[in-house]
Amino acid sequence: MQVEQVKKLTRQMKIEKVFHGLTILCSSLVLVIMLLMFFQLIYNSRLSIQEFGINFIFSSTWNPATHEYGALASIYGTVISTLIALIIAVPMGIIIALFLVEISHPFLSKVVGNAIELLAAIPSIIYGMWGLFVFSPFLADYIQPFLIDHLGDKPLIGRLFQGAPMGIGMLSAGLILALMILPFITAVTRDVFRMVPSVIKESSYGMGSTTWEVTRKITIPYGIKGVVGACFIGLGRALGETMAVTFVIGNSNIISPSLMDPAASIASTLANEFGEASEPIYLHSLMQLGLILLIMTFIIQLLAQLWVGRIKKSMGAGL
Amino acid sequence: MIKSNYNTRKRKFIDFTVKILSSLAAFIGIFFLLWILFTVFQRGFHALNTDFFTKLPTPPGLGGGGVINAITGTTIITLMATVIGVPIGVMTGVYLSEYGNKSKFGSIVRFTINLTIGVPSIVVGLFVYALIVIPTGSFSAWAGAIAQAIIMLPVVARTSEDMLNLVPNELREAALAIGMPKWLTILKIVFKSSKSGIITGVLLAVARVSGETAPLLFTVMNSQFWMKSLNEPIANLTVTIYNYAMSPFDDWRQIAWGASFLITMVVLLLNIIARIIVRETK
Amino acid sequence: MDAEPKISVRGLNFFYGQHQALYDNNIDIAPRKVTAVIGPSGCGKSTHLRVYNRIFELYKDQRAEGKVLLDNGDIFSSEINILELRRKVGMIFQKPTPFPMSIFENVAYGIRLHYSLDKKEIARRVEEALKGAALWDEVKDILNKPGMALSGGQQQRLCVARAIAVEPEILLMDEPTSAIDPVATVKIEELIGTLKKKFTIVIVTHNMQQASRVSDYTAFFYKGKIVEFDKTRKIFTNPAQKKTEEYITGRFG
Repeated sequence: MQVEQVKKLTRQMKIEKVFHGLTILCSSLVLVIMLLMFFQLIYNSRLSIQEFGINFIFSSTWNPATHEYGALASIYGTVISTLIALIIAVPMGIIIALFLVEISHPFLSKVVGNAIELLAAIPSIIYGMWGLFVFSPFLADYIQPFLIDHLGDKPLIGRLFQGAPMGIGMLSAGLILALMILPFITAVTRDVFRMVPSVIKESSYGMGSTTWEVTRKITIPYGIKGVVGACFIGLGRALGETMAVTFVIGNSNIISPSLMDPAASIASTLANEFGEASEPIYLHSLMQLGLILLIMTFIIQLLAQLWVGRIKKSMGAGL
Repeated sequence: MIKSNYNTRKRKFIDFTVKILSSLAAFIGIFFLLWILFTVFQRGFHALNTDFFTKLPTPPGLGGGGVINAITGTTIITLMATVIGVPIGVMTGVYLSEYGNKSKFGSIVRFTINLTIGVPSIVVGLFVYALIVIPTGSFSAWAGAIAQAIIMLPVVARTSEDMLNLVPNELREAALAIGMPKWLTILKIVFKSSKSGIITGVLLAVARVSGETAPLLFTVMNSQFWMKSLNEPIANLTVTIYNYAMSPFDDWRQIAWGASFLITMVVLLLNIIARIIVRETK
Repeated sequence: MDAEPKISVRGLNFFYGQHQALYDNNIDIAPRKVTAVIGPSGCGKSTHLRVYNRIFELYKDQRAEGKVLLDNGDIFSSEINILELRRKVGMIFQKPTPFPMSIFENVAYGIRLHYSLDKKEIARRVEEALKGAALWDEVKDILNKPGMALSGGQQQRLCVARAIAVEPEILLMDEPTSAIDPVATVKIEELIGTLKKKFTIVIVTHNMQQASRVSDYTAFFYKGKIVEFDKTRKIFTNPAQKKTEEYITGRFG
């Protein structure tokens, strides 16, 4: 080999090393960010952790005037608003996906499908604006009076529907969240349904199944992994959603049994009060709220991964 | 003749009912979603005029005024975030697809990326507040751009990996077989054939962060003025929407609707461009 | 043909959107016999088969014209219950299509659809169907395993079991062995020999040896038309049409 060639080769090898190293460095950054995030949030909530200990999670008192802080009301608001959203958006999403894949005309399905994908991209603050200025007044004028009159005096569920029709509150937040995650769940579920091989569906139709029977027995089991995955991601989004909720939840750190009453979620409390937190203990309590939210979404993500793995095993290969 | 079995009528009835309910649900869902879009277009369009695009904000009650500073601010923050987040994200994707595909470290990184995508954006905002705003003692455009970059990074990394994985192995082998070093193979061959996919992923990530509000609340805040440097709070559209919408002043709310319209249009446009790119290359 | 035909097709035309795929097909399918449908790729064999159970109707741009009589009743008549039609006319596809459930549930699926029976009776019928498909001995200890865990040939016999479990009268087979290995193919061919004692079978195949081995009658399709239809022996030894001869001697296709 000539000297020139050897030189060129060594240079190439050097660049290869640098390039490879660079990719490893960038990959490591993701890990560093994750670790730093936990570290920073824990470090910056140390005052609150020292002061309130485990009680922080179980106390529903949130009083900046007396510097007593407890996360329970915010956690409650986060969980309940997410629950309302999922109860509505998951069945709706699956049903709309069913409509798009099995029922509607292909052309309509294409148009509606595209529209839904675009809607999934609309920023959450837009949902918040619409929720505050359009939907909440609509809720207060038409829906809530009806719910209060007809369900408010029923046993058990009645307590959920008592109070004044103010529009903003837990119900409004849950509904806006539902609308926000609906396009996402629909789009993913539709893709999952579409991936079911048409021959499998044909064999089921070929045995004399109706569309609904094919969906229930073949399409949904076939795509359950993806649908559950979509639900988990939707759940994660709803838990941490800030703007859509902050606009309409009413921001009141009180646990009320009625869905008509104002409430607060972790994210809405953060968005609302962070600017006012001048005292260190106030700031650290807010940071700890953020830490709790991070841990909640973290657990959801972990569960999602485990669940997906388990479904895979029980349904066998091909899923 | 084929006789009807005893239960087919019931089965067909159930099927019919489900179909009707499903069409109805689809109609309701789409109705609400269109309602949102319609509101944004109707109210937002009213708020747009030359002042909106050319003037600085005015105090409430005076009327007029615009958000030229916020439009500039959002553009600058998003650009900075893209410049920081995209190269790191793409390189991470390259590592996962080309080097550490099956390695232990690779699977840890992949797992962490999935977890990071699920972190609420407001928590990212808190994190950057603690990481940068507290030590530097000031809200800044930098802090906001870094928060947005942290949100972009895992999204770009994941789509890049997926897109690179679609490139057939024969192509890599062919390039390596003529003695091309791996880094050159990746840059010249693998990137080229997955270019449009990666660009699409980047566009979607840009669209996503340009509409984010939560990570900016604790990092750049907002401002009524022209920015003087990247080390201070600067105006941006989404926090402006939040502040103005929550204010009791009608003319400010009007501006908030205008800004909502603008952001929605930009996000939709980016998404449509991304789709067209995907379709063209198919 | 001696007996009353099981299926009579008269003047069948078929369209994919604007494109016509079948032209004036006329054929009589004999009961409890195997009728093979052969012809080059894209000649319309599968399309023709997919009319018999109206499975093509799943796709909104596909359309059939003409008459298909099953036991002298028009399958397109509005009085026909499509679910019942598809129970009577079973179909086996090119690729094995086990449902995403256990082996037992795969077979019980159709039984539960069409009959309301107690558990014991369902189990009995599942066993009977698996025996009928010559699969019982291989799977009787693993009935709760997913259907996808079986080998390709076993999966295909599982699909046969699933089809015969709902007591059909006709079995449509759309190239049932083209996606499985030669040993499994032999098993399926043997199975067809047994099944024809109970069922009327129509099999689409591009394998001419297979057609001559398993069938009693053979129809040769070319460009959407039925060029020739006769006893299999006649088609393969002394075809009437020149096109048929060219095809079976391997000059095209």
